[in-house]
Amino acid sequence: MGGVAIKTASGRGAGAVKGLVPWLVPLTVLALWQLSAQAGWLSTRVLPAPSAVARAAWELALSGELWRHLAVSTGRAFLGFAIGGGLGLLLGLLTGSQRWAETALDTTLQMLRNIPPLALIPLVILWFGIDETAKLFLVSLGVFFPVYLNTFHGIRGVDRDLIEMARSYGLSGWSLYRQVILPGATASILVGLRFSLGLMWVLLIVAETISAQSGIGYMTMNAREFLQTDVVLVGILIYALLGKLADIAAHALERAWLRWHPGYQQ
Amino acid sequence: MMSVTEIDVLIEWQDSQPAALPSHPTRREGLSHREAASAPRGAGSTGPDAAGGGQTVTLSGLGKAFGERQVLHGIDLDIAPGEFVAIIGRSGCGKSTLLRLLAGLEAPSAGALEAGEAQDTRFMFQDARLLPWARVLDNVAIGLEGDDARERARQALAQVGLADRAGEWPARLSGGQRQRVALARALVHAPRLLLLDEPLGALDALTRIDMQQLIESLWTRHRFTALLVTHDVAEAVALADRVLLIEDGRLALDLRVELPRPRRRDATFAALEQRLLDRVLSTPGREPEPHHPAVPASVAAPMLRWAI
Repeated sequence: MGGVAIKTASGRGAGAVKGLVPWLVPLTVLALWQLSAQAGWLSTRVLPAPSAVARAAWELALSGELWRHLAVSTGRAFLGFAIGGGLGLLLGLLTGSQRWAETALDTTLQMLRNIPPLALIPLVILWFGIDETAKLFLVSLGVFFPVYLNTFHGIRGVDRDLIEMARSYGLSGWSLYRQVILPGATASILVGLRFSLGLMWVLLIVAETISAQSGIGYMTMNAREFLQTDVVLVGILIYALLGKLADIAAHALERAWLRWHPGYQQ
Repeated sequence: MMSVTEIDVLIEWQDSQPAALPSHPTRREGLSHREAASAPRGAGSTGPDAAGGGQTVTLSGLGKAFGERQVLHGIDLDIAPGEFVAIIGRSGCGKSTLLRLLAGLEAPSAGALEAGEAQDTRFMFQDARLLPWARVLDNVAIGLEGDDARERARQALAQVGLADRAGEWPARLSGGQRQRVALARALVHAPRLLLLDEPLGALDALTRIDMQQLIESLWTRHRFTALLVTHDVAEAVALADRVLLIEDGRLALDLRVELPRPRRRDATFAALEQRLLDRVLSTPGREPEPHHPAVPASVAAPMLRWAI
């Protein structure tokens, strides 16, 4: 809201200022960090200088190690997301549209929802050992519930009047679903998608730090063994970056699919 | 939804009736004029856009209850093809329920109803009920089939004067424009029966008059049977061949409006409107005050259109 005031105050130049404002704090912190590391106030064991972190990232990128780990982690994240999110979407659509499915499944799912996925780690290790399946299972389980719940409520929340109108205009079955029910639930489904994209990385980090032979989490844990704090920081920053990218992707989807919504129009 | 055997009997029985005479004697009170003059328009004639012409509507002993609450009692009614009928009444009198029964949106609890095929009936709701995620043109084309669906939708949109807004999102339109899109969406199906449930209730006075003229001109052109539920007596007098009053779920009045079209809001119009309004406002059960048989020229233009 402050941005509006600035914009009206001095026109175009203010646009650039407005764009810079969110970056002021991180840039200042970065500058202070670099300064204190160079001055020797911070031990490199605790926190290496940003320049050192950048150098570590560069070396990892050059050696190809970074890309290998990144590819493995991203692959796990999206496969888990596809499985858990896909199941959540399907079940949400089913329980949202069919009373019998809600009666049969919803209570069970609501009970399971209250178990934190991370609490299942011991059980998951017992079931699947420490290989890929365990990680995929954790990620899938975590992203399942936000997608499921929001899909269910999205379908239930579709305007009854619009459905009545569409029926009286001869729509039924799949065409009613495609033209009215799904678009009406999209906003809610996308909220679930954003939640689960956030959860996806959190769960993957935990899964990869427990047990892995590759991936960003493995790279970080491995660096800890050799006291390479700079590499640990590279790993953490990469997670931050991936999280942000996922959020941008979700936002782009909202802008594309909710173009009609006055709340999403520029 | 409706008893098939009863309907068949009704159709045969109704065919044997003289077209202009009311088949069912309705409760006559005060101003009920049912002269057998002027055969209902549209009957027997087929216009270029007729698409089968207007639908005959027949209700006999129609009743509807929601649980314990009886909303409509024994409604008997015949509507000729192409007739424009307005239904007025206080809120909660059951007029919207009657329309929803005709549209098949509710099932009757008693009696029988014949209003043609579902695909020949279209409903205009109080709110436009446009799909907010579909462009205006796609909203008009909803439920249309065939390769020329969008072309037909475009033509319907042009008929309501919104051809240039085809690519717009509904959220960008004004209330009046949204109702015009809803009207185009109904008309593109070439309905034989158009049911209008207070579609103009939320519009400002000028937009409402515009819309009334648009509806009248489209009705004149397409010759569908129209049933308009309204709480605006002036709107009923402006548009309808016949005004029905529903009181406590019963048909209390059936008045033929003999004013020539297009109707001007002159003294005769105002007097008729005033009389109807007086009748609507009179306490149910009490005898309405006697009226002069001739229309008094001194009746002031009514100020009380929104009292119902």
